[in-house]
Amino acid sequence: MAEVSFFVAALIALSGAGGTVLLRNPFYAVLALVCHLLGLAALFLLLRAEFVAAAQVIIYAGAVMVLYVFVVAYVGGQDRPLSPRHGPGMRAIALVFATALLVEIAIAVIGSGLTVLDEEGSGFFAGFGTPAEIGELFLTKFLLAFEIASLLLLIAAVGAVILARRRSGLDDPRELSVADLMRSGEKGTIGDAERGSLEEAAGPGSH
Amino acid sequence: MPITWYLIVSAMVFCIGVGGVLTRRNPLVILLCLELMLNAANLALVAFARAHGNQEGQIFALIVMVVAACEVAVGLGLIVALYRRRLPIDVDELRELQG
Repeated sequence: MAEVSFFVAALIALSGAGGTVLLRNPFYAVLALVCHLLGLAALFLLLRAEFVAAAQVIIYAGAVMVLYVFVVAYVGGQDRPLSPRHGPGMRAIALVFATALLVEIAIAVIGSGLTVLDEEGSGFFAGFGTPAEIGELFLTKFLLAFEIASLLLLIAAVGAVILARRRSGLDDPRELSVADLMRSGEKGTIGDAERGSLEEAAGPGSH
Repeated sequence: MPITWYLIVSAMVFCIGVGGVLTRRNPLVILLCLELMLNAANLALVAFARAHGNQEGQIFALIVMVVAACEVAVGLGLIVALYRRRLPIDVDELRELQG
């Protein structure tokens, strides 16, 4: 039974990964990655990592992928085919490199001769990988890593907001703002307003 | 199942991610392929944690997930900023760092 579940989960994970790389439409690639993450969560469950599997489904497949879907919907667009400048040569080189890496890692894993890898793993105690155990480790032995992780998340959130905010002066110069319309009442024509917003786009604080 | 099988699956997912990063040109899809590589590392960490009967590998996997979430937030922020400036969403055409 464990073998069947392993092969089903591994097949889902691998096909999801392949779909992420091969599908042209970024939206479908995101959906394939969600499929891959669910297969990986099943593999985590087989490895007695219940909390990691739950976090994977809730955080990754839930929250992070929703972020991706929103950005794909905002940016949109199909991935264009490889340009003639690179052609199929680059793709062949990339495939050869990836295959060579796979062979190398497989040789490293199988040739390591570690007896622990040939078994199902050493014994585990009751409650291995449950939220209670992981939470206790996080709040005792790995408290510093836990706090640094929270700080890192805060910095990343602030950085993302600063990167993606709407900058004044970078807007489309053809766009009319309310201030331009009010100024157009003073100066007369919409053309003046357009010129005004062009000046605004040239640099901050010009009005 | 022997732990070796999990490690081989992890290696295959990692190499699929490497191939994607090398061949795709849309930065969104490249971020997705980076996620694949991080997840492959997570699978290896959890497999080794199971092999040694030690939960510390699972802690490491959770921290990797936190770092991946940060990377996604900053990367998607960059892509939105690129789109706002009407730059091409294509890593081959984004060669210059100057703003």
